[in-house]
Amino acid sequence: MLGEGILKGLAETARNFAGSYVSRERLTTVQYPEERVAPIEAARVFPFLVYDGADWEAGLRCVACQICEKECPPKCIYIEKSKDKKPDYVGKLQIYPARFDIDVSVCMSCQICVEVCPFEAIKMDTEFELATDNRFGGLLHDRKQLAKSNEYFHTIHPTEASEVDARLAEEKAKVEAKAKAAAEAAAAKAAAGAAPAATPGDKPAGGGE
Amino acid sequence: MLEKADQIFVLLLHWLVGFLPAGWQHGAGVVLCVATIVLLYPALFAIAVLLERKGLGRMQNRYGPNRVGLFGILQPVADGIKSLTKEDIVPYKADALVHFMAPLVLVVAVFMGFAVMPMGRNMVLVDMDASLLFFFAMGASTELSIFMAGWSSRNKYSLLGAMRAMAQMISYEVPLLLSSVVIVMMTGSLSLVKIVEAQNHYSWGLPHWYVFTPWGFAGFVMFVIASMAETNRSPFDLPEGESEIVAGYFTEYSGFKFALFFLGEYVGMFGISGLGATLFLGGWSAPFAFLSWVPSWIWFFAKVMAWICFFIWVRGTLPRLRQDQLMNFAWKFVLPMTLVNLMVAALWRFMGEGLLRWVVCSAIVVVVYAVMGRVEMRRGRLGPRSYRYAE
Ligand code: SF4
Ligand code: SF4
Repeated sequence: MLGEGILKGLAETARNFAGSYVSRERLTTVQYPEERVAPIEAARVFPFLVYDGADWEAGLRCVACQICEKECPPKCIYIEKSKDKKPDYVGKLQIYPARFDIDVSVCMSCQICVEVCPFEAIKMDTEFELATDNRFGGLLHDRKQLAKSNEYFHTIHPTEASEVDARLAEEKAKVEAKAKAAAEAAAAKAAAGAAPAATPGDKPAGGGE
Repeated sequence: MLEKADQIFVLLLHWLVGFLPAGWQHGAGVVLCVATIVLLYPALFAIAVLLERKGLGRMQNRYGPNRVGLFGILQPVADGIKSLTKEDIVPYKADALVHFMAPLVLVVAVFMGFAVMPMGRNMVLVDMDASLLFFFAMGASTELSIFMAGWSSRNKYSLLGAMRAMAQMISYEVPLLLSSVVIVMMTGSLSLVKIVEAQNHYSWGLPHWYVFTPWGFAGFVMFVIASMAETNRSPFDLPEGESEIVAGYFTEYSGFKFALFFLGEYVGMFGISGLGATLFLGGWSAPFAFLSWVPSWIWFFAKVMAWICFFIWVRGTLPRLRQDQLMNFAWKFVLPMTLVNLMVAALWRFMGEGLLRWVVCSAIVVVVYAVMGRVEMRRGRLGPRSYRYAE
């Protein structure tokens, strides 16, 4: 009969209404500042810059290649290259970002910067409490605020971080093997030619191309 | 003592105006009554909004507001402060005067209805002979303010919302009136005070409310449906369907004017609930004879609040109708039902006392309801939607 469905629906909502006072399992709400859900590994909010070692400035993986700056769809990354160079994780001398700013208010969390970075230098963070009372300076994160250690990366995205570490270690091993081979070759050449061997010292670094 | 509690507001009024010279007493009394009504209903509005937000939350297995004050009871205060501090924006091309007037007209119109509402024994501001008519006239003028709001905003969503509201309110005005006509037929009076008095007697401890008769019950159900549509409550809230037309006719309103619209809507709900309680649920009379010592005004407000709670319950249950379903339902189901109900009421009147009229009248109402419901469902006008191309 007409109206039966309405009565059924009313009974259902009445059950919900009464049930929500009786059983706590029904209430799915997490009362946020006091209660929190456990962080989810696949979550992504805002990019950060990964550094290795203890010193954030020396350990930054970013080489200021500016690929992410060019690819970022809303153009919220601003990079200034350094004039000098510092060694990267394999020991090769690279330039580094003298300035690296990302505007939180513009970033749309698309992760494109992460996808395009060839140096595993930029990754997505899970930190979401980015509110500030300063809507200009407060929302522009500079490289100091963006720099987070590799250990932190491991705690928030363990799977991804391990993969990245494995890949980097492999590359490093390859570079080292190559350097070693080059050094051996040079040594052999030196031994064969008995020439004054002044150059082998800086050869391995150049061999890591 | 109990007599005094029942008449406390009347006595209070007499005591207060007693301080004034005789010539002033009448005018001062009216002003006091109006001030009370104008303060009382916004207070009820705050309670109703809180109830609605908490109740809806619980129906959806949420907590609802629980931060401001103990268990969130101060939430309406926070809402009020928020709406007061918001910027009042008038669209550049809007008709500023009409845009400004619309919420005022709405609030004035909905408050006018309370002038004739008996809120307790001897508690009525104006005891008119045609108070039912007056109430409906005032209720109908809220449509004007809605169209003023929609038209003056110069916004397509406002206009669409206003058009929907007009179509809906005019369609449901008819069954609303027709479902209350049965009461007038039985009581023989348009005065709300007389209507309550006609219901305020008991047999075997049970009241003679009109809802406990076949025609009264049918009229009551139709009245509830039509009153929901009249006040734009869910499931008839098409005029403000957020998913399609932003906020309908009050899209362009902000700050305090928006709050006034909100207030007008709720006070309109109180008005129509009060009227429904007066017509069908015996107004301020007690539900059992042994409870008649409880002050009459408590019963009136308890019935109004129960009605509001039912509205909230329905809102938490039913999804919004489509425009064609709305119109089909009004013109092809509710209106014929109310017409049949008129016949049933007439039959009841002329069959005289006895069990026979109970059987005959109930049978007619139930059979007509079942048959019409089946026919309408089969034609697909009501009931679940069938898709021709999808699926
Ligand atoms: S996540 Fe997307 S929007 Fe944000 S900085 Fe990276 S590329 Fe730009
Ligand atoms: S974060 Fe990556 S892509 Fe961006 S500048 Fe640094 S190294 Fe290049």
